[in-house]
Formats: sequence, C-alpha cells, structure tokens
Amino acid sequence: MSALSTVGAVLAAKGSGEIDGIRLFVPASYDILWSLVVVIPIAILFYKVVLPKFTAVLDERTERIEGGIAKAESAQAEAEAALARHTQELAEARAEAARIREDARGEGAAIVAELRAKAGADAERILETAQRQIEAERQQAVVSLRAEVGTLATQLASKIVGEALDDQVRQSRVVDRFLDELEASITADAGKGK
Amino acid sequence: MRRRGVDRRPHDPEELVLYTAATTRLLAAAGESGGGFKAPTIAEFFPGVIAFEGTLFEFNRIMLVRVIGAVALCLLFWAASRRVSLVPGRGQGVAEMALDFVRVNIAQEVLGKDSRRYVPMLTTLFFAILAFNITGVIPLLNIAGTSLMGLPLVLAAWVYVVYLAAGVKAHHGVGAFLKSNLFPPGVPPVLYLLITPIEILQVFLFRPATLAIRLTANMIAGHLLLVLSFAATQFFFFEATGAIKAIGALSLAAGFAFTLFELLVAALQAYIFTLLAAVYINLSTEAH
Repeated sequence: MSALSTVGAVLAAKGSGEIDGIRLFVPASYDILWSLVVVIPIAILFYKVVLPKFTAVLDERTERIEGGIAKAESAQAEAEAALARHTQELAEARAEAARIREDARGEGAAIVAELRAKAGADAERILETAQRQIEAERQQAVVSLRAEVGTLATQLASKIVGEALDDQVRQSRVVDRFLDELEASITADAGKGK
Repeated sequence: MRRRGVDRRPHDPEELVLYTAATTRLLAAAGESGGGFKAPTIAEFFPGVIAFEGTLFEFNRIMLVRVIGAVALCLLFWAASRRVSLVPGRGQGVAEMALDFVRVNIAQEVLGKDSRRYVPMLTTLFFAILAFNITGVIPLLNIAGTSLMGLPLVLAAWVYVVYLAAGVKAHHGVGAFLKSNLFPPGVPPVLYLLITPIEILQVFLFRPATLAIRLTANMIAGHLLLVLSFAATQFFFFEATGAIKAIGALSLAAGFAFTLFELLVAALQAYIFTLLAAVYINLSTEAH
C-alpha cells in the first residue's frame, strides 16, 4: 500500500493542482461505462464462441485418442483370437491328415489282402479247371487209345497168328484181357515207381 | 499456499515511483535552466474529450484505445476459432497454447478438479487484461487501457462477485461461508478478536481493492516511465545544448529498455490478476 500512496503523492504533486491525484483511483462514471462496453463483448466472445469451440475440439481429440486406443486394443484381441483359432484349426487339420493317412494305409492293406485272396482263389480255380480238363482229355485219350490199340493189336495178332479174329465177341474179349494186363502192369510200375 | 504469485513480481512499484520521482525532479531542475522540458503529469490519464462531453458516454483517447484493443482481441480470437479442427494448424496451435496456459497453468493448477466452471472467466480476464495492458507499448496507442481505474475495478468487481457467490454455494449458505472464512478453526477463540476483523477486511475489501489498484498502479507507473524517458530524450536532443545532448542517447536507451520491460509487466500483471482471481475463488470455496 505504501507504494501506492507514494504513487498518489508523487502524482498529486506533479498534478500541479489542475487534476486531483485521487481521480486516478476513483473512476469516473464514463470510465466504468466504457470498461463495461469493452469487457462485455470480450466476455461474450470467450464464453459463447472461443471456449466452446476449442473445448469441443479438445474433447473430440481426447475422445479420438481414447477411441483409437480402444480400437487398437480390440484389434489386438481380435488378432490374438484369430491366431488361436488358426493354430487350433491347423492342429485339427494335422490330426485329420494323420487319421486319413492311417485309414488309407489300413484300407490299402485290406485291398491288397483282398486282391491277393481273390488272385489265390482265381489261380486255384484255374488250376482245378485245367486239371479237370486234363483228366477229361486223358479219359478221352484212354478211350480212343484203347480202341486204336485194340484194333492195331488185333490186326497185328491176326497177322502173327494167321488166325482171323473175326469173331467180334472173341476179338473184344482178347483185347480187353490184353488191356487189363497192360493196365495192371502200368499200375504195378507206377506203384513201384513211387 | 499458492499466493506466492504476488510476491514473485519482480516489479516493485515503489522502486519505480521513487526512480520516477527522483528522475523527474532532476529533469525538472534541468528543465528550468533549459526552459522547455515538460515532465509528465497525471493529466496524461485525463486527455481531452473526443465526444459526448459531460455525459455518461464521455469518450476520450483512452476509451478509444480500449475500443481498439477490444476489437483487435476479438478479431484475433474470432479468426482463431473460426476454423478449429481436430488437427491444429499453426494459428490454431498458438491459440490453443495460449488458452491452455490459462486453463492448465492457472485454472487447473489452483482450482484442481472443479476448475472447469471458472475457465471461461479466467480466460476472459487474462486475455482482456493482457490486451489492454499491451496497448501501453504499442506505437500510436501508447497508453494502457487498464491505466484508468474503471477497467481494473470492473474486472475486480466481477471476480469479487464470483468468489463470494462460489464461496456461499460451496458452503451451502451465507452463514457457513462466513464462519469458515472469518473464524478459521484450530485457532484459540481469543485470537478471533484479532483475526476476524482482519479476515473481514481481507475478504470484503482488500482482495478486490488490491486486484484493481495493483493493476492500475503498475500501468500508471509504466506509462509515466515511458513518457518520461521519451520526453527527456526529446528535450535533450532538440532543446539542450552542447555535451548535455549526449545524455539523450542514454534516456533513449532507457526508454527502449523500459518498453521491453513494460511488455513483461503487461503479461505479468495479466497473469497475476488471473492467478489471484483463481486463488480467491479457491480460498472462499475450500473447507478450512
């Protein structure tokens, strides 16, 4: 306060009596009026225009930043979930592949075994057929041979003996006896051969 | 306590005034022999009337300066806020920095969490005072709009009403507010004889009065200093003879230095006024 009183004193002294120093600190009514005239518009401008606008922008910026952070967090969580899902799917796929391979191997083995069995059966059947055919052909050969050999032997014997074995009955009986003897000797040979 | 701002001012009006007084006498003495030197008087603050003489609307040079300052300030901030965007440009960046200074460094620092309500008032105070102070060093304007008591008084009255209303509201009633502010608890009752009258003066008189007077006195002292420096320079250069002319260089340098100093004072006084407004609101609202 002493500073201010000094100001007042000095100013009063310098005022050379024309203007009272106290007027510096007791405002005139027009001073107050013009103060209001300049301050009120400034206050209105700041209250209604400047601060709302800047506050809105500041708030929006804060919101954006917070929103961005939240978004980044959710994106990260999503990425992690996707990674987990993919890992799981990969594991499942691997297991599936292994299972399929195993199945295929088993199935392949079964097919091979089946084919082998079928081939064996076929071979056996073919063999059997062949044997049967051979047997039949042998029988046929035996029959035809018997007839042939009989005829030849009779002719031969006729020539040798000079005796016609024309008599059918006799002829047949002779041939049969010969063949039976022959067969017996073959069988005996075969039995010895074994 | 956050009242440190008051003590921090590097600018002691008493010193300045003494300097002013001493220098003035010296120069006045010199002026008597030279004949032409006119020392500045308080008539500086009561210039000739321009219009509406004798009415409530009496208009003089200082009122004109105020109007120019207000228009310039309004245009500046209106232009800055016309196209505010999420990603600030250069102009908006500067405006945001200036507004943030009040919002963060004054309002939030002093008032904490309930500062938001008072940000518009503190911002208006700071920029209005700054604008009207700065006219004191702007060429052609050359006088602070706040160097007449009316403007600081209007602003101080605004702060006065706001901090009293805020106090009453915060304490839920006039009685509780007065009890909290005038009878601080934790003091021996006998001391209330001493403390309460002081507190009454503080709350109801000194706070608004010192707000207004500090600002006005600083601006008056600053203006007188500048006028003195430049009037002396004028005198030494054009009316003094011989070697005394050289002193004019000194007073010119002083005038230049004081112009820069006044720039600092203009910003500092705006800061102090606004900071104290926030501190007074805080003092009347907080529970003791």
